[in-house]
Amino acid sequence: MASIELRNLSHSYDVIMGKGEKASFSINNLNVRWEDGKAVALLGPSGCGKTTLLNAISGLLKPKAGQVMFNDRDVTMLSTKQRHIAQVFQFPVVYDSMDVFGNLAFPLLNDGFKKNDIRGRVEEVAEILELQDLLKVSAGRLTPADKQKVSLGRGIIRPDTAAVLLDEPLTVIDPKLQWTLRRKLKQVQRRFRITMVYVTHDQHEALTFADVVTVMSKDGKIAQTGTPEELHENPDTPFVGYFIGSPGMNILDCSLTAEGLDFDGFVIPVSDELRSRVSGPGDGLQLGIRPEFICSRLEPENGAVPFTALIIEDTGAYRVLTLTMHDIRIKTRISQAEQVSENDTVWVSFPERHVKIFRDGSRIY
Amino acid sequence: MNNRAVLFLLPVIVIMSLSAFIPLITVVNYSLHYIFSGSMPQYVGLANYVEVLRDPEFHDALTRQLVFSTMVLAVEIPLGIMIALALPRKGIWASISLVLLGIPLLIPYNVVGIVWRLFTQSDIGVIPKVLGFFGYAYNVALDPIDAPLTIFILDVWHWTPLVVLLCYAGLQSIPDAYYQAAQIDGASTWKTFRYVTLPKLRSVLILGVLLRFMDSFKIYSEPLLLTGGGPGSSTTFFSLFVSRKAESYELGYAGSVSMIYLFIVIVFSFVFFQIMTNIGKGGQTK
Repeated sequence: MASIELRNLSHSYDVIMGKGEKASFSINNLNVRWEDGKAVALLGPSGCGKTTLLNAISGLLKPKAGQVMFNDRDVTMLSTKQRHIAQVFQFPVVYDSMDVFGNLAFPLLNDGFKKNDIRGRVEEVAEILELQDLLKVSAGRLTPADKQKVSLGRGIIRPDTAAVLLDEPLTVIDPKLQWTLRRKLKQVQRRFRITMVYVTHDQHEALTFADVVTVMSKDGKIAQTGTPEELHENPDTPFVGYFIGSPGMNILDCSLTAEGLDFDGFVIPVSDELRSRVSGPGDGLQLGIRPEFICSRLEPENGAVPFTALIIEDTGAYRVLTLTMHDIRIKTRISQAEQVSENDTVWVSFPERHVKIFRDGSRIY
Repeated sequence: MNNRAVLFLLPVIVIMSLSAFIPLITVVNYSLHYIFSGSMPQYVGLANYVEVLRDPEFHDALTRQLVFSTMVLAVEIPLGIMIALALPRKGIWASISLVLLGIPLLIPYNVVGIVWRLFTQSDIGVIPKVLGFFGYAYNVALDPIDAPLTIFILDVWHWTPLVVLLCYAGLQSIPDAYYQAAQIDGASTWKTFRYVTLPKLRSVLILGVLLRFMDSFKIYSEPLLLTGGGPGSSTTFFSLFVSRKAESYELGYAGSVSMIYLFIVIVFSFVFFQIMTNIGKGGQTK
């Protein structure tokens, strides 16, 4: 097992999409360190370079610049085989012409292990993954979920695996089994203290799986690394705020004036503490607040701002209200008990302890 | 029962009857009669079959055919795979290679026969000239080894590209992830080929083997134009043998040879299909 560190890692390439269209994928100057034995989720929108990053870690791709370090050792120039890395792909990859036993034994055979050691190890891993009854079954006949387990099994079977990289491994698994498999993954990760890097665009998957989540932004940069709670409570950038959470954080342009925060339509007063923390020019600011922290009432209240209810989405447990005033739109969560219909006036206030202020894409309060 | 269903089946039944069933029955009918031009056909039961199976000429033609088809498969399939693996995957050179490979496939059988006849003709052909330069007295018209060998090389030249194109298409459809996984699992080049490439090519290889077997078993125009079945009977392959019999008005005999011929092709194709679908059983799903 190993810690993984990326230093100034950059790469870019074009993919021809047919009809002369080109898509560019890139990662830009990434710096991140993931400690040994952690479950890491790499979260970002589709096309942000997550898979590229993963391939750079596993050595399937040589980055154009920067270094990949395992346990503080530079492995950038090493081949995939020398890195002792395991990777599970989006679509389950098994060797069709072998049975499950053959599949699990394959990496060990290639490494020159002895027959007896292989048998013991395969049986151990098969038991953990609950594949022991399928050892004699041809891998081509398995269900996608079992194939993915075999694929994971090949990853963890080597005793010296540095890390297991998972590239959206549950995409083709049906939803009910996704949950079971994710638990299994987590269980395996805990038991062996394996460094696992789990790539996904699904925040729910990322937040439930990981000890540490690294969020990548659309332009192939790392936006923030932190625990799920940190990302939720204190996003470093408006992007992380918006990307994490359902619905995402409300991000509103504003400027700080003598009266308070001016949203070009309404003004909310601010405390001296906030005012003192927001130094520099008063304009070009963004306010972020999570929908669940917005106070909304149907009766007027001192200091509250009137919005009009535009869309009401019912999720069952709660309802999501989209409110509007001039060109400003915000989302808020209200309980099922509240009676509200479209075009009603809703009085809104932003509790200051839940307010985040960003300038030029970084959080300053 | 829904009677209208019959109406929908009718076109298929009519076409199949005209194209396959009726001619086949006619041949079955011939094969059971002794037919001599000018007189009434005489029913002889299985006598024609017995005669065929005892005929040394039939044995010779069948052996020759089996050796030929075996050689064709043994060379064209591995060669096809190798060339397909060596071809560039993308870019302008991929297109150019595919076009060049496709050219032999576009040339009609009889033109191929005539072209090769010119190639190999002992007075003006380029092949005898070149081989003569190296001290080999090549003569397709007189040498009973040169003649079948030439037809074999012609077939390899003409049809290996088909195997290449099939394999090439098969290779293109293998997702990169399989190769990446093999790389991660530390597989050698040979093991990657053995456990990733070959199993994934299985369905196209089944098609390739069946097509090449059935086609090579039916080889006709090339020996007819190039050597006329000679020298001696060294290039009288099965189709040529059957048509010779029909030309000599032994229609009953030719009929029973045709039936045996059909039977052999079906049996072999079935056996190949069974063997190939059962190797590494169950690899159908992705």
